[in-house]
This record gives sequence, C-alpha cells and structure tokens, in this order.
Amino acid sequence: MQKEHKEPLFRISKRGLMSRRKAWGIRLLALICALIVCAFLIYSIVKLNPLKVYQAMYQGAFGTNKRTWVTIRDTMMLLCIGLGLAPAFKMKFWNIGAEGQVLVGGIASAACMIYLQGKVSTLLILPIMFICSAVAGGIWGFFPGYFKARFGTNETLFTLMMNYIAIQTTSYCVALWENPYGSNTVGIINARTKFGWFPPIFGQMYTLNVILVFILVILIYIYLNYSKQGFEIAVVGDSENTARYSGINVSKVIIRTMIISGAICGLAGFLAVAGAGHTISVSTAGGRGFTTIIVAWMAKFNSFVMVLFSVLLVFLEKGAMEIASRYQLSDYVSNMVTGIIIIFLLGSEFFINYKVWFKNRKYKEILP
Amino acid sequence: MTQFISLIQSSIVFGTVILFGSIGEILTEKSGNLNLGVPGIMYLGGIGSLISVFFYELDNPNPVPILCILIALVSAIIFSMLGGLIFSFLTITLRCNQNVTGLAFNIFAGGFANFFGGSLNKLAGGVGQINVLATSAAFRTKIRGVSTAGPIVQMFFNYGFLVYLAILAAIALKWFLNRTTVGLNLRAVGENPATADAAGINVGKYKYLATCIGAAINGLGGLYYVMDYMKGTWDSDGSIEGLGWLAVALVIFASWKPTRAIWGSYLFGLLSWAYFYIPNLTRRSQELFKMLPYIVTIFVLVAVAMQHKVENQPPKALGLPYFREER
Repeated sequence: MQKEHKEPLFRISKRGLMSRRKAWGIRLLALICALIVCAFLIYSIVKLNPLKVYQAMYQGAFGTNKRTWVTIRDTMMLLCIGLGLAPAFKMKFWNIGAEGQVLVGGIASAACMIYLQGKVSTLLILPIMFICSAVAGGIWGFFPGYFKARFGTNETLFTLMMNYIAIQTTSYCVALWENPYGSNTVGIINARTKFGWFPPIFGQMYTLNVILVFILVILIYIYLNYSKQGFEIAVVGDSENTARYSGINVSKVIIRTMIISGAICGLAGFLAVAGAGHTISVSTAGGRGFTTIIVAWMAKFNSFVMVLFSVLLVFLEKGAMEIASRYQLSDYVSNMVTGIIIIFLLGSEFFINYKVWFKNRKYKEILP
Repeated sequence: MTQFISLIQSSIVFGTVILFGSIGEILTEKSGNLNLGVPGIMYLGGIGSLISVFFYELDNPNPVPILCILIALVSAIIFSMLGGLIFSFLTITLRCNQNVTGLAFNIFAGGFANFFGGSLNKLAGGVGQINVLATSAAFRTKIRGVSTAGPIVQMFFNYGFLVYLAILAAIALKWFLNRTTVGLNLRAVGENPATADAAGINVGKYKYLATCIGAAINGLGGLYYVMDYMKGTWDSDGSIEGLGWLAVALVIFASWKPTRAIWGSYLFGLLSWAYFYIPNLTRRSQELFKMLPYIVTIFVLVAVAMQHKVENQPPKALGLPYFREER
C-alpha cells in the first residue's frame, strides 16, 4: 500500500527571466528590510530612536565637507578593488586574495616613495609608483592563476594563503622602514616633502583618486562587455567545456585575467598609500578585499552598479562608526551592520531566481 | 629539552583550535556544503561562551568551575549552531552561492563578536577589558600530578580536557563516516545528491544537520581559543580569523580524512610557533618565519592537485546547491 503524502506547505519552482525593474524592486525591498533590522538592533544597544540613528549615520558620512571627502575617498578605494575583482569573479575564479594584492601594491608604492626620494622628479614618481604597484599586484595574482590553470589547484585557499604571506611581508617591511625607531609603524612617509603624494587638484586632496577610479570604471565596463577578452572571460565563467570546444585557450584566459585582476587590486594599494594614508601597515587593506567581493557579486560585475553598492557600504561603515564613537562603543558595529545588509541582499536573489507557491494557491491550476 | 617540550605544547594548543575547526568543516563538506564561514562560526562560538560566562561570573563572586564549563560549552554550541542555521538557510533553502554567503557571514559574525568583545564591559557598566579568569582556569585544569611528572608525561598530558575531546571527535567522525549507515548516506548526499534523493534520503535534512552540527564543532574551536589560548580574554586583532582559515586549509591538507587532520593540525601548530624557538632571530626575520604555515599550505595545495589521486578528491557535489527539479 502506498503511503499517503501530505502536500507541503510551500513549493518552489524556477522562474524565467524577470524584468530588470522587478528584480531591482525585490533588491530594494530586501535593503529596506535590512535597514529596519539594523535600526532596531542599534536601538536595542544604544536606545536611540531608529530614525535618529540614520540621521546620526548621515552626519557621520556627510556631516561636514571633510567627512564627505573621506567618504568619497574610501568609496573610491572600495570601488577600485571591486573593479579588480569583477573580471576574476565573472570567470568564476574565486579570488579572495584582494587583501594581499592590495597590500603588495601598497608595499611597492611605499618602497618607491622611500627609496626614490631625491632621485627622480616629482612629476615622474607617480607614474613609476603606478606601474610598480600594478606589477606587484599582478605578480600576486599570477601565482594562483597559473597553478589553477596548470594543475587545477583550489584557488580559494591559494589566494587566501597569499593574503597571509602579503600580511607577513608587510609586517617585515614595517619593521624595516619603521620611523621613528621602535614605534613599529612606518609613520607618514615624506611628511615634509610630500614626495610621491597625490597633488591636490581644484583644491581637493582626493580629486585624483576620483578621476583615476572613474577612468577604471569606464575601462572595465568596456573591457567586460564589449571586448573579445571580456567575452572569453564570460564564456569560461559559464562553462569551461564550452570555452574549450569553441577554441578558447582556457589556461591563457585564466592566467591573463588573474594578472589583470591582481594588477587593478595592486592599484588600489597605490591609491591607499599615495592618495590616502601616505603610510603602510597591515591594516592598509582593512578587510576591504572581502567586502568588495560581495560588492562585485551583487552588482553582477556591472561597474556602474558597483558604484552604487560601494557608496552604500561606505555610507553604512562611516555611519555606524559615528554611532560607535558617540556612544563609545567598539566600531566593529559597522561590520555587523554591513554583514546584515549583505546577507539580506544575498537572500533576496532567491526570490529573483525562484518562485514560491503556497499551499492551495494557484498551484492546483497548473497541475491536473 | 624544556624548550622543545614547550614548543610541542604550544603547537598542540594551537593545533587543537584548528583541529576542531577542520573536523566540523569535514563533516559539513561531506554533505556537499562548503562552509567558508568557519572563521565566523569560530568567532560566534568564542564570543557566545565569553558573554554567558561573563554574566555568570558577574553575578557570582565565587563561580563553580563545573558550572562555568557547562555554561561555556552549551552557549558556545548554541551560538555556533545558530550561525550554522543562518548559513544553512541561506545556502540550502535559499540556494545562495556558498562562497559568497560564507564570506558575508564572516563579515557579520566577525563584526558581531568583536563588537561585543570590545563593548560588553562598557554595556554592563564596567571599565577596562573583558575577562573571565575563573572559567579559563577551569578549562585549563590539568590532571593532578602531571605538572610535577617527567617531561614525556608533561608533553602528552599537560592540557585541558578539550584537547583530548578534539582527538576523540576526530576518531568518532572517522568511525561515523566510514562505519555507519547514516554516515554512508551523508557521503552519498555530498557525492551525488540527486541519486541520494532518488534512494529516499532526505537531502535537505542531511545537509542542514551536517552543517549545523559541523558548526557546533567549529564553535568549540572558538571556545577553546578564547578560554585556553587567550586565557579568558578577548582580543580583536583578528587572529581567530586566521586560525579559522587555516582550519579550512587543513581540510584539504587532510584530504577530507578526520584522523589525518589530527597530526596535520599539530604540524600547523609547530610551523606557526617555530619562529619563537629559533634562536637569534631579529623581529624582522620573525615576521618572515611566521609565513611558514601559509607557504607550506600552498605547497600542499599544489601537491594534492598535481597527484590527482582518486581517494584524495573532494566530495563531487561540493559547493553546488541542490534543486530537485534541475537537470
């Protein structure tokens, strides 16, 4: 005798293509839900009216002219790493080594600033630093790419271990360059001569960061969507077998893409050292290498959408840090808030890809 | 000789943290779920035990050691299982990408743990750093008489009970995976969920249970880190995160075999502490020596990939979401 099965409470089925507007509506809804959850979480900790929480966060990010520019600067940094990760992730290459690639780029820039001072002109130093940091990041990306292409090594762990090697290399360089002696920090490099610093443009310190990153935004957009190499990346990402069948040299694409990805992340290190902090430490990347993976992923590797997500995440970070400093709490609250929002946004993808049928509703209409 | 013994001892203490992490992760990965959130789960296990014991010690000036241990264990397991449940819901029910979800989860859990680790004392109205010395001492209680015994005895028996629990857990997991029907079913789910489903195995249930129980074991690693390695204090320098990632790497090093993870973890511990015992190192060269475990991991990754042995391969469906209607 057959056992009688109960109809489950809900079933799911795969959706066809959803209109872009509807998909973004779902994401927006998820974002609003996440913001509500975060507001109540912050309320339960500091007992501050949720609306006031966001007002305070807004002040933290855009309250003064200086804060606005710091927010812009950090957005550019995040965006630059995201742009670097986009090609790798589009190829389904799990490059979680951005942290290390940024650091080695930063080390290369800092080394140029320290060793080339007085030897080359101020005009020439920035292009040299640009090239050195891109090369350093590219090398850091090359190794995992090469071993993945050649032997199928697990790239997630490989890139991750490269992070730690970069962190230790940074510690070594910090000990090597420490200033003043015994402080275990490098201090502000060339504080007096400002050699190797981004020059202010239109009276603003960070204009050059914005210009550089926006050139990259456009270049990466064109590269991924309108170039032959970008198309190859997309095919390898969707199916390696298809790529091989259609005559694409998969190994070459993997290695080339990882060098590009690492080089752009190295440039982010250049931005961090020459255009923002003017110093190098193990926290120069500050976990951004991980946050940006989610920026790139959720933007579906569209560089212009990445701008939006970067602004959102940096706004949340700055805002949460403002709350933390007002109430003398640990500023890790910003990571907690970021995590919640990302988790909600990731979860919302389900409702874009699948349709949920509740019991006794509509479902019967399509089944006899 | 004393130097050598203390090197072995610190390696085993270090190794136990990642041993818990990798045993939990092996169990999870055998179900086909790749949980890159191990560092986050360790964070949750550590902070969960710290929070509850902190309040227990705050209320009771003379805490009972056995109660301290129980409270810490139970709360570490609950916190990390809740973390595992969030991860399972996202990856199994909502079929999110497992890599991205794991990374997102790490950001959240790391923020959560470091936030409470840094602000708990202030929220409770105290000052200074959080510490739970009584519980930490309870966790570090050794067998009586060992500390005065000979060096060989000290090398093997001068640890808190969690060190032995980790070894037992690894052996138990090996037995479970290879000698029981449930373990066989679990492996089937990880290798080919569609076949397992056709054979009447409830794929979702197996994945949920393996991920949540695996998370609970990971959480014990976090607990051990806080109570023994850090001696009952909290440090938000992110070193627990590094240990969590080493645990994920150890799973590949051990090629998904729990008993191989035991000596693998102690080896990682040895490599991580080696710099401390090599004489005449400057601070600079110490930093270079600290790279050792990571460089060795890379070599192992490459070697495993180059050999391409059948028995050393990951579960076939690792990292892929399962949707019955998909062909």
